[in-house]
Amino acid sequence: MLYLWKKFRKNKVALFGVTVALLIIFTAVCAPLLSPYDPYEQFFEGLTLEGSPLPPSAKFWLGTDLLGRDLFSRLLYGARTSLIIGVVANGVAVGIGTIFGVIAGYMGGFLGWSIMRFTDLMMAFPALLLAIALAAIFSPSLWIVALVIALVNWVWVARVIYAQTSSLATSEFIEAIRSLGASSPRILFRHILPHLVPTILVWSTLGISTTVLLEATLSFLGIGVRPPTPSWGGIIFESQSYFLDAPWLVFFPGVAILLLALSFNLVGDALRDILDPTQRGRG
Amino acid sequence: MLAFFLKRLGASVGIIIGITLITFLLSFYIPADPVRMLAGRSASQQTVENIRHQLGLDKPLYIQYFKYLGRLAHGDLGRSYKQKTQVSELIFSRLPATLLLMAGAISFELIIGLLAGILAATRRGQKTDHAAMILSFVGVSAPQFVLGLLLLYTFAYKFPLFPLGGYGTLAHLILPALTLGITGGGWYSRMMRSSMVDVLMQDYIRTARAKGVSEHKVVLVHGLRNAILPIITMVGLDIGFFMSGAVVVESVFGWPGIGQLAWQAIQVIDIPTIMGVTMVAALCIVIGNFLADMVMPLVDPRIRLR
Repeated sequence: MLYLWKKFRKNKVALFGVTVALLIIFTAVCAPLLSPYDPYEQFFEGLTLEGSPLPPSAKFWLGTDLLGRDLFSRLLYGARTSLIIGVVANGVAVGIGTIFGVIAGYMGGFLGWSIMRFTDLMMAFPALLLAIALAAIFSPSLWIVALVIALVNWVWVARVIYAQTSSLATSEFIEAIRSLGASSPRILFRHILPHLVPTILVWSTLGISTTVLLEATLSFLGIGVRPPTPSWGGIIFESQSYFLDAPWLVFFPGVAILLLALSFNLVGDALRDILDPTQRGRG
Repeated sequence: MLAFFLKRLGASVGIIIGITLITFLLSFYIPADPVRMLAGRSASQQTVENIRHQLGLDKPLYIQYFKYLGRLAHGDLGRSYKQKTQVSELIFSRLPATLLLMAGAISFELIIGLLAGILAATRRGQKTDHAAMILSFVGVSAPQFVLGLLLLYTFAYKFPLFPLGGYGTLAHLILPALTLGITGGGWYSRMMRSSMVDVLMQDYIRTARAKGVSEHKVVLVHGLRNAILPIITMVGLDIGFFMSGAVVVESVFGWPGIGQLAWQAIQVIDIPTIMGVTMVAALCIVIGNFLADMVMPLVDPRIRLR
């Protein structure tokens, strides 16, 4: 841990990523304290006389949306949606991927072969279209969207974990441990899993950024989190037809999505550089 | 080479069969009843049963699957519930637009990716390198629909250099292709950089330099020729990324391709159309992967020996 932090401190870009990520997590957790208004309240004075949304002003810092709701408050609450889905969906994907990857890599044989051919098959589907098909089947709520994204994303983790496990399983030190009479569960949990921790850690961060982008895209297509729950992609979906007159309704949520995805990408990439010994010293 | 070819071909066919199975199961388990949607709210029970029978939705699952396979073999993807036309016709009339968009996107992606990657690799550790790599991360992290909408706002509305969406001329193609190209270019520039860094450390590059070949020629002729190999395969593997991106970008720009078709089908839960597009997209991906595998030994003779 200390080693990680020491390495991290030297990398300004990664430090920026950590700061932004922590800031977004902080705003999501403290959204009720930080937001000036109720994100669901429709203000009478939040619309012009013609019924158009208001641009950013002293009263509504980032302007209002089509229903006269405060955009800043909705963005703060939207951070919760994005983060919950990002963390849960990616966590589930990494979990499923690790389990199947380890099983396929360690057991090998027909079971391993079948699992890996199934991942080949899943990867042949375009991620977004598969998610759309799944989202059309289960009418989407927050948790269903998270599950759909997890079902689409786990294959990537499974492949990476599979490659590592199968090379570990045939390595000499595992052979030595096995010849000492260690049981399979012991080998798996004491000797193989620790070697996979760096990969799991990297995917847990990098994957959040892919997940957040996919959630935003699904919401933008109108098949993500249902209104009135604030979601950054959803805010843009609602105001898409209005965006030439009210560009702030696309710009601010867009920047929020970008910052969240970017921060986790930067942190994940820095983690990979630090944790992957084969990459060390290349810079 | 022939054995390799046959092995890859077999794997591709296996995956295609798997794809048909999954699309079939997905369309069968969709709870929103397509018969009700087609018949309308006020239809009598008898009408509903008739339509169900007409569509063959009352037969056992495996019979439906084999019938489905039989129809697929004839290029029949079923009828659109909503548009009352053949899905295959809808898709094939729109496929050229998507392929055109894809060609434009790949061009932008390669221009951005190769330029930024080579620049970063040759100025490794310097400010240009850092700036290029940070920008590549921004490109990768930018949601495509936001990028598209902002490009539209800036270059079609504020400064009307390009049309506000639509299809027809080269000017219509630039912004949607650029939107897809920026995201993809981010990945390519990172790959190009690391590939180029590896190549530039090779002995034969040192030899070329020692012979007195100019630095430009070393990088652009001797280096690029080898460094670009992983990128070529990547284009074949990226078809899936483009197909997903096409749904978003085509709906933002009103580009009449299969992505827009899928997006319109989502709105009315037109299942045969959604599944048809998914299947055609998956087929394109399998073909893309297969071609990437086949092209590699041709451009890199070293692979043939393995």
